[in-house]
Amino acid sequence: MSNQPIIQVRDVAKYYGDEPALAGVSLDIMAGEFFSLLGPSGCGKTTLLRMISGFDVPDRGSISIDGVDMAGVPPNRRPTNMVFQSYAIFPHLSVAQNVAYGLKRLRLGRVETKRRVEEALALVALEGYGGRQPHELSGGQRQRVALARALVMQPKVLLLDEPMSALDKKLREQMQTELRRLQRAVGITFVLVTHDQEEALLMSDRIAVMFNGSIAQLDSPEGMYRRPVSRQVASFIGMMNFLRADIASIDPSGATVNIEALGSALLPGVSVGKPGSATIGIRPEMLTMLYGDHATAERVFRGKIVDTEYYGDLTLYQVRIDDTATVVTVSMRNTAGRPILQAGDRTRIGWGAESLVLLDPLESAK
Amino acid sequence: MQAGRTVTRAVAVPMARDWRGLLLISPTLVYALTMLAAPLALLIIMSLWTQDVIEIRRTISLDNYRQVFTEPLYRVLMARSLLIAGVVTLVTVLLAYPIAYFVAFYGGKRRGMWLLLITIPFWTSYLVRIFLWKVILGYNGVLNSGLLGLGLIDQPLTFILYNANAVVITLAHAWAPFAILPLYVSLSRIDHSLLEAARDLGDGPVRRFLRITLPLSMPGLIAAVLIVFIPTVGDYVTPRLLGGTDGLMIANMIEVQFGKANNAPLGAALATSAMLIVASVALLFLWLNQRSLRRVG
Repeated sequence: MSNQPIIQVRDVAKYYGDEPALAGVSLDIMAGEFFSLLGPSGCGKTTLLRMISGFDVPDRGSISIDGVDMAGVPPNRRPTNMVFQSYAIFPHLSVAQNVAYGLKRLRLGRVETKRRVEEALALVALEGYGGRQPHELSGGQRQRVALARALVMQPKVLLLDEPMSALDKKLREQMQTELRRLQRAVGITFVLVTHDQEEALLMSDRIAVMFNGSIAQLDSPEGMYRRPVSRQVASFIGMMNFLRADIASIDPSGATVNIEALGSALLPGVSVGKPGSATIGIRPEMLTMLYGDHATAERVFRGKIVDTEYYGDLTLYQVRIDDTATVVTVSMRNTAGRPILQAGDRTRIGWGAESLVLLDPLESAK
Repeated sequence: MQAGRTVTRAVAVPMARDWRGLLLISPTLVYALTMLAAPLALLIIMSLWTQDVIEIRRTISLDNYRQVFTEPLYRVLMARSLLIAGVVTLVTVLLAYPIAYFVAFYGGKRRGMWLLLITIPFWTSYLVRIFLWKVILGYNGVLNSGLLGLGLIDQPLTFILYNANAVVITLAHAWAPFAILPLYVSLSRIDHSLLEAARDLGDGPVRRFLRITLPLSMPGLIAAVLIVFIPTVGDYVTPRLLGGTDGLMIANMIEVQFGKANNAPLGAALATSAMLIVASVALLFLWLNQRSLRRVG
């Protein structure tokens, strides 16, 4: 990864009727990075990807790739290649012919074409599959062919449109790891469109979360998870408990907030926002169930378990905080010797102010 | 015991299904046997008999076939039939392909309406359409008087009626829907993301058409070719009414043999030969199609 932007998107907008599919998006994608566009369906992520590839044309704004403005440049003349959601394997061509499809136009000669095709097939672990017909391949293999067919063109940017959505869970996880490894090996910039937050967190160097045609947050996976800027982002990435809060005061040491059911806390280093209402978020795994009477934490509250969901490696507890109607989700790893508590059991939960996230200051919790 | 029962069932069920299947198709089967297979067998047997003035000699001989393949008249008629059918097929498919392409790719919500409009010529009888073409193409026809009136020609055009051209024009018009429909079906099945993928890999519109659209529509194209070619070779009404003497085809000669010439065995031999030739051409096409499917790219 370098600090050179390879794709520069500037104020790109697209309207379908009066509805904006994209409402003025700007972003830089760096050379060699694995970049994800994440969001629910209809958020504009696919539209943006199709504009980078040239299949859609923005109504406003500009896109440049490697310093060249792409206005008026058709997809067949862009230094990008795409892995389609359906893979779009040519059904009348063999695997090798599929991979060689784009090379034919370059007139490299028979030997060089064959060498490059074999190299690309080896890259996606499909050595010896060149003679197969597409209908003889499994879903995962078809995806590898689509990858090889795009990578063999040595594009500056590889665009991936929800490439995992057609695979079953196990294969998807395997391909995610493999795709990440592949990206590091070839060093080509990957731009992935996905609605799967886990996939984005696992694979990306940076993620842009999009809602309603705009980028809500652009951050590293860790930053996105630890410091979501809004309730919308926080609930889209992982699980989050939301609590109503009032910002009492803001001074150089941080913000003092009064949180429903939890009481007052000092959020160190928080200087955004003004006194008023806000939402506080805390991840379920940041709440710790205290086993035994002597275990303690920075802050503790008591509560009663109202529901238990057992997932094998972890358990999710719904805990009602004593003397309130507030129910929070607590996630505990099922390590050795830890009992699984049941609904009705009483418990003590420990938490710390440093794991609180201030969301949407001045906006009341809904 | 359990195992034994399972085995009997496994055998019994498909048997019962087979019988039910036969029962289901039996009316069709009876029809096919009595109306297609039996007449075909009779025709082939009759082609081996000989007409002896007014009686038919029922001894097996290949004399009729020798006549069919040696007499210049029959060879000319057969060659002309194949040529006219070939040209009709070519013209029809060339006209039908763009229409099918348009409806499949740009028809949008109105696809159904377009397909309905395409079938409108069928709402009138074929014979009526032939006579209409006569009115259009005739010496004092619509086309000639129109062109004369516009001052584009001084003399009525004569090369458009009572010859092979008239047969080609009429049949190409008549067969168009038959060619459009299979082409439309195969074109509308093409996944648009394949065309986008080809574009993404560097192909402009022409290459995209030649490398993706055309090979993937090949089954429809071959179907269209066969649907038009086979009945055209044996067509007899159109050449009779519009073909003049230059436009007569093999089917007209078969009719003559069964009728005026009173030589049914020779007619049967002509019919059987024509069938064999058409069948071989059809098989050749199917073989070419499979080969092209394998080698495209």
